[in-house]
Amino acid sequence: MSEKIKVPTMAEMTASGESPEVLFWVGCSGSFDDRAKKITKAIVKILHACKVKFAVLGTEESCTGDPAKRAGNEFLFQMSAMQNIMVLNGYNVEKIVTGCPHCFNTLKNEYPELGGEFDVVHHTQFIQELIDNGKLKITGGAFKGKKITFHDPCYLGRGNDVYEAPRMAIQKLDAALVEMKRCRAKGLCCGAGGAQMFKEAEKGNKEINIERTDDALAVTPDIIATGCPFCNTMMTDGVKNAEKEDNIKVLDVAEMIAEAADL
Amino acid sequence: MINILFIILVIGGFGLFAYNVKRIVSNIKLGRPIDRTDNKKERIRTMLLVAFGQKKMFQRPIPAILHLFIYVAFVITQIELIEILVDGATGSHRIFREALGGFYTFMISFIEVLSVLALVATFTFLARRNLLRLPRFHMDEMTGWPKLDGNLILYMEFVLVCCIFIMNGADEVLHLKQHGESYNFTVSSWIGPLLFGGVEDVETLSMLERVGWWSHLLMVLTFLNYLPISKHFHIILAFPNVYYSNLEKKGRFSNMEAVITEVKMMFDPSADPYAEPPPAPEGADTAPQRFGAKDVDDLTWKSILDGYTCTECGRCSDACPANTTGKKLSPRKIMMDVRDRAEELGRHRVKNAEATDDGKSLLRDYVSEEEIWACTSCNACVQECPVNNDPLEVILELRRFLVMEESKSPSELTTMFTNVENNGAPWQFAQADRLNWANED
Ligand code: SF4
Ligand code: SF4
Repeated sequence: MSEKIKVPTMAEMTASGESPEVLFWVGCSGSFDDRAKKITKAIVKILHACKVKFAVLGTEESCTGDPAKRAGNEFLFQMSAMQNIMVLNGYNVEKIVTGCPHCFNTLKNEYPELGGEFDVVHHTQFIQELIDNGKLKITGGAFKGKKITFHDPCYLGRGNDVYEAPRMAIQKLDAALVEMKRCRAKGLCCGAGGAQMFKEAEKGNKEINIERTDDALAVTPDIIATGCPFCNTMMTDGVKNAEKEDNIKVLDVAEMIAEAADL
Repeated sequence: MINILFIILVIGGFGLFAYNVKRIVSNIKLGRPIDRTDNKKERIRTMLLVAFGQKKMFQRPIPAILHLFIYVAFVITQIELIEILVDGATGSHRIFREALGGFYTFMISFIEVLSVLALVATFTFLARRNLLRLPRFHMDEMTGWPKLDGNLILYMEFVLVCCIFIMNGADEVLHLKQHGESYNFTVSSWIGPLLFGGVEDVETLSMLERVGWWSHLLMVLTFLNYLPISKHFHIILAFPNVYYSNLEKKGRFSNMEAVITEVKMMFDPSADPYAEPPPAPEGADTAPQRFGAKDVDDLTWKSILDGYTCTECGRCSDACPANTTGKKLSPRKIMMDVRDRAEELGRHRVKNAEATDDGKSLLRDYVSEEEIWACTSCNACVQECPVNNDPLEVILELRRFLVMEESKSPSELTTMFTNVENNGAPWQFAQADRLNWANED
């Protein structure tokens, strides 16, 4: 991609009297983490290429409160949620696509009771929608024949029963989707959930991300795919730990789709 | 005379059972209220699938089938128990045989075949528990009573099946001798002659039959009263426990009511912070509630029911990422702790009607902070539990208490809280920089 895509904010759109089809909820990782920013940009490329009229909240976005809630700080969670809901309702947002399963889960399941009712989808579900209605066309391209295994993020899979959307997208790549021994509802956590991402693990005999990476390495994939910036970090670290980073890539489904569609 | 002894025994046995059930129900009621009466259709469907149909067990087909043998044998044998009760009270012998005819033969044969299958399962399970060294049966929490409990029930099952065959076998030979015809029960018509064929004396045979009959009855009553002190209570509690399980998406955590009220007020400019709180509804508990849970009575009754329903199978801990990587956390232990603490607190409350505090609590006396903070909230335990327990909910409530009542959390999490509060992100980045990525290459 050569030209830079203009990422419109809600504030700008509203000022020019327009409203977007979807709001892209970027999330904290997607905004600040160097690795996750690449996923964010891939999602933007897809939205742009499919001519989806989208906007982001930009500096008006703030943490959904997910890590605070899982760590037991309900006050902080609800304060964050109320703030976000006021902003979202202020713009009459209806549909949200998120770049992170944690944001997805919180916005979709925990905000309605607090007054924030939106149609929320995870980016892999949105990609599936785009493929289904013919807006997004992909041919195998760079991933043809590659062996790809998908690591189910807990808050996408078990948390919300979304197992097929990411797999369907991967299959569109003409790739060989291989399943780990523990997959789908039985998928093992990467170790980052429940606010573990932000702290040292308790004493044990193995790191969870190493255990999970071992599951993935056992099927000798070319690529470990996932749909969560936290899982991405954990699996990337795991692959590095096994000194396999030259042979095995950890990629988000959105990144693969963007690359395959030559965006 | 013997009828009276029988009636006293049966009434005593069932009475004691009823007393224990009542005690457990009141322990469950130590918990906070939660409404799980909605969506009856879906609840019944889930109960039929998960509790009755044992859907989740069948993810591991071999233990599931063996477990099913014991379970079905147990349920079906209760039909025979009805006959035993009637016979015992009235002094009749196999009172249903006349009336049911061929169906009776079929029914008893069916029970016998199932009993044999249950016996096979019993031996397999004993071997699996004690010889195979499956890790989930040998974790820290599975020593002492829980270990003994798991084996005891299998021994009892064995004895029970033996009683059935002594009873039916001896009766078979006796019947053959006295009436020149067989009962034609599938198993005892050959096992009877095999075991007791050599016994010539009618009196001895009749005594053997009585020994089998009475032992069978005694075993059933023992079993019944063993249930409430054992993990085997799940054969009863699994049904209500699954019926009342959480039907929402597993990713959704409850929004605490008390916090909603307070936060809404902070965001409502017209709210008067000094206003009297609205009068509590009639009969409501007016003591201010804790945030989160320190003890079992801060949990919902459903969490305590979970504890009593737990079969200690360890499927949860087997799937738990924290447990399998050597952390102290074991979701099974969390459930067992809830039950054990509910028992302890319940006993204390009965003895000291006035004093409600025994100076102990679920947190720290049973569950350590280290365990709670090791959880990744991945829901694997909830997914795996064959009786739909939710260990994660207990962990979350304990975390809530630590954070909101005691301001205690690992220091990195305290930093994360500060960041979320001040910067709107768990890391120390300024909210003003949130869109910088859009201008980078
Ligand atoms: S939710 Fe917590 S306790 Fe349950 S399996 Fe996951 S890490 Fe273990
Ligand atoms: S909580 Fe469920 S899965 Fe865990 S030991 Fe108890 S019954 Fe088994």
